[in-house]
Order: sequence, then C-alpha cells, then structure tokens
Amino acid sequence: MAAAAARSATIGRLERPAITGVLVREIVNFSSYWRAATFSSTVEPTIYLLAFGFGFGSLVSTINGVPYVEWVGTGTVATAVLFSSAFAAMFGTFVKYQFQRTYDAILAAPVDTEELVTAESLWIACRAGVYGCVPMVVAIFFGLDPAWGMLTVPFIGFLTGIGWANFGIMTAGYAKAIENFNYIVSAVLTPLFLLAGTFFPLSGLPRWAQILAAFNPLHQCVELVRAAVLYGYEWNDLLRVGYLILFALFMWRMAIHAMERKLID
Amino acid sequence: MSEDLAIRLRGVVKRYGAITAVNQLDLEVPTGTCVGLLGPNGAGKSTTMRMLTAQSIADEGELEVLGFQLPRNSKQARAQCGVVPQLDNLDVSLTVEQNLLVFSHLYRIGRHDRHAAIERSLELANLVDRRETRVDKLSGGMRRRLLIARALVHQPRLVLMDEPTVGLDPQVRQQLWALIDQLRYEGTTILMSTHYIEEAQRLADTVLIMSHGQAVARGKPADLVLEYAGSEVLEVYGPPKRLAEVESEARGSGLKTRRTGTSVSVLGLDGSNGFKYEGERRQANLEDVFVLLTGEEIA
Repeated sequence: MAAAAARSATIGRLERPAITGVLVREIVNFSSYWRAATFSSTVEPTIYLLAFGFGFGSLVSTINGVPYVEWVGTGTVATAVLFSSAFAAMFGTFVKYQFQRTYDAILAAPVDTEELVTAESLWIACRAGVYGCVPMVVAIFFGLDPAWGMLTVPFIGFLTGIGWANFGIMTAGYAKAIENFNYIVSAVLTPLFLLAGTFFPLSGLPRWAQILAAFNPLHQCVELVRAAVLYGYEWNDLLRVGYLILFALFMWRMAIHAMERKLID
Repeated sequence: MSEDLAIRLRGVVKRYGAITAVNQLDLEVPTGTCVGLLGPNGAGKSTTMRMLTAQSIADEGELEVLGFQLPRNSKQARAQCGVVPQLDNLDVSLTVEQNLLVFSHLYRIGRHDRHAAIERSLELANLVDRRETRVDKLSGGMRRRLLIARALVHQPRLVLMDEPTVGLDPQVRQQLWALIDQLRYEGTTILMSTHYIEEAQRLADTVLIMSHGQAVARGKPADLVLEYAGSEVLEVYGPPKRLAEVESEARGSGLKTRRTGTSVSVLGLDGSNGFKYEGERRQANLEDVFVLLTGEEIA
C-alpha cells in the first residue's frame, strides 16, 4: 500500500489515472456492443444521405456549383456526429446512472464526478469523430473526390462531438425521467439539426433564422467540413473552431454541474 | 489523525429536506476489527455508508476515514477502501475477469501488479473457473461474490459492505459469511451494515444499533444482550388476548417484553423472580436487543 500512499500525494483535480480508469471501462464495454453502436451510428446518416442525395438530388443538381450528393454527403457528417454524441450521451448516461448504477461504483473508487464526466465525454467524442466520417466515406463512393482536407474531418467531428456529448450528459443529469428527453429532442435537437445547413443552404431562410443558425454548433460543424472537403479552409474558419471550443467548454462545465447535483447528495 | 481508528465520525448530521436521515452520529471503527451497523430499514445505515465515500455530504459533524478528512480528502481515502454496494452494479455484459480488469484500472493498480491482483481476487471469491463467464450468466450468489472480489482487487485497508447478503439464499449467505470471516482473520478492517441480526452476531466484533438516524446502543454483541435482555428469556405462547395480558403483567413487575410474532418474550428473567406464566425458556439473543431498542413498529 506504500505505492498508493505515494500516489495519493499528487492528488489534485482531473487526474490522469482516474480518467484512464473510466475510459478503460468504456473501451472494454465497447468490445461487447460495438456492432450495435456502429450500426446505428452509421446506417442512419447514410440513409439520410441516400434519401436526400438521390431524392432531392433529382430536383437540385448542384448547390454553389457542388453536386448535391457531395453537398449533402459533407453536411450529414454533422448529423452523424450529433447522433453518435448527443443521443449516445443522453441515453447512455441515464442508463448508467439510473438502471445499471455504474456511476455509484465508479464514484466509490478514487474518481470524482468531474473526472467521470470528462472521461465519458472524451470517449463519446472520439466515437463521434470516427462515426462522423462515415457519410463522407459513403459519398466518396458516389463521386465525392478524396481530398487531403478530409483528414481533418475526424478532428472537426471530435470537437463538435465533445460539446454535444456534454450537452447529452447535462440533459441526462437534469432529467427526472427518461421521457423528459422527448422535450429536448423535439424542441432543441430536431430544430438545430434542420437549421444546420445540412440539406439546404441557409441563405434562402429569413434573416432571423440565419442569425440563429450562426449560433448553432452543428452549422459551424457543417461549414468546417465543407471547407475541409470542398472549398478549402479560410481564415474565418478559425472563428468557427473557436466557437466550437467555447461551446464544448461551456457544456463541459454544465454537464459536471448537472451530474454533481445528481450523483452527490 | 488517529492511527488506530480506520473510521471516526463525530456528531454527523445528514438531512434531506425535513427528514433527518442521520442525527448526531458518532461512530468509531478500530483498525483490524469488524463493526456491524445494525438497524431496521430507514435507520440511516445506507446514508452513513454513502457519506463514508463522499457520495453523500454531511450537513454537520466530522468524518475521518483512514486518517483523511471527508469530504475534502475523500479521494485519498477511497483509493484505500473497497466498497460492496447493496445493489448490484456490475457490468453485466462483461465477463467476470473483465469486471475485475476495469476495477484494477479504476483503483490504479500498476500494470505489473494487475494480473496478480485479478488472479488473487478470483481465487478469494472462488471464481477462477468462471473467469470467462459473462456476468448475466452468473447465479445471484456468484454475482455477490464477484462484487466482493471487485471491492478487494486493490487489497484495501478498509472494506465497506452495505447489506452484503441481502436477498440471498441461506446457503449462499453462509458462503459469503465464510468469505467475510476470512477477510477478518487476514486483518482487513470491515464496516458492514445489515439488518440481519445473525449476520452481525456472527461476524461483528462490535455492533452499533441505529434507529431513526441515531446510535441507540453499541458494544460487543454478547455484552449488549446481557445488558439489555439479560441472559434468559421466557417466551409465552397463546391467543392475542393472553399475550396482551402477559405483556401488561410483565411490565407491571418492571420486566421488559417484546412481541415475537406468535408469542411474547419476557426479557431479563435471570434467576426468575417468580413470574407466574408458563412458557419456553430460552437464551436471550441480539434480536431481543434489536427489537427492544429499535421499536416494534415498522417505519
């Protein structure tokens, strides 16, 4: 036990061993359910891509000179990121808290709520970064030209995903029952999902909707992905990255606050 | 810092709104002993257990675990504690070994010691043959053993067990008692909450009886029995009317009684002082003390 005593001397906030411990739990668990998670996180956005790409694509051939399938293929990266981060975090957190009581076990170990939330959101963001690429890869098969910028897409997915993962954890932290998620899905996620510029350009919308969309992290994600894959980055993309970082930081603190209220009485 | 005490609580109070779950509780667990926290449901046992891992924060009082002040230094304390929860929170889609692997990381066992730690836990809980079995394929008793093994993977100095055998068959309970007893002999300090009197009587060096968030008695089980229930008890059977009669008669002559379901037990009849009713004489036990001190009504 001398080793434990020596380690305890360095204990402060956000310790790496605590975060690693929670991540190991997620990774080992992932080995038992990766098929289902991968299926739902990839098939859904692919269906959107195909349905809109070919359904709408027969009416609209190009947007800003880009073939519609390619335009939607890059846009649905944000959809895939949202589905694999916000939704996974909301339901996953609630189940682990309420039904499996996993968090009771983890917090009895030398792990604090802050580390728990940080590790969980990091893990979900990593998955979102990977799953987010699926629509883009599918679009390559339908004519999207490979570009070096594509290599940055997982990072855009990660950055967007960590904000939405924390949003999901926060939602689960404040939710009294799993049914409460319906309000969040209908009133927040669905509008933001449609107001992201994924399926149609926002330039056709009224001005107030365009201003609202500028605050939508998903819209910033869509724009960044299109810059990476189709148009090339510009300086103002740094602002978009900055905005996503702010969104992630804000949601991270909110998620910690919500979970501390929920887990510690 | 008190070296010889693994747990020291002083005047601990925990309120939930208008309800005071724990009220001015003092508790001491000397290193190397097994202390039983005994009380009916709702007495504040689980709240006390949660406060010891800082999952519940006391409103008042001092808490010290393994020399660390809570809640401020709770993480250091938790690193050297093992917790067996009342409700099973194993990862059910993982194997026995994977569950232990995850906790060997959460409890920060170094890479080189990890394998040996997991093997030791498997052996201790007699689950070596089941290492590859998924948790949802285990029996209830095996799951409990795994919960205990998981709490011991990092060889904690202190083990907190919240109702370790609740809801199990008598056979399985015996197995777990043997396991807990083994830990005791190896010198692990144990705080165990239970509402099974036999469990406390068999395993605990000292017990603390809680009722409505307060400690109502503490001491060695045998001493408590002698102090509160005497050495002999007379159990009188009969129809309800007769039982009521016996009760008032006994109380009239200054004797304590308790209902034993179908009978009335008259306590403290040592050497018999001419109590006229006929009944079965038996040895007083901890259950007599428990019911006497925590009341007959169920909260």
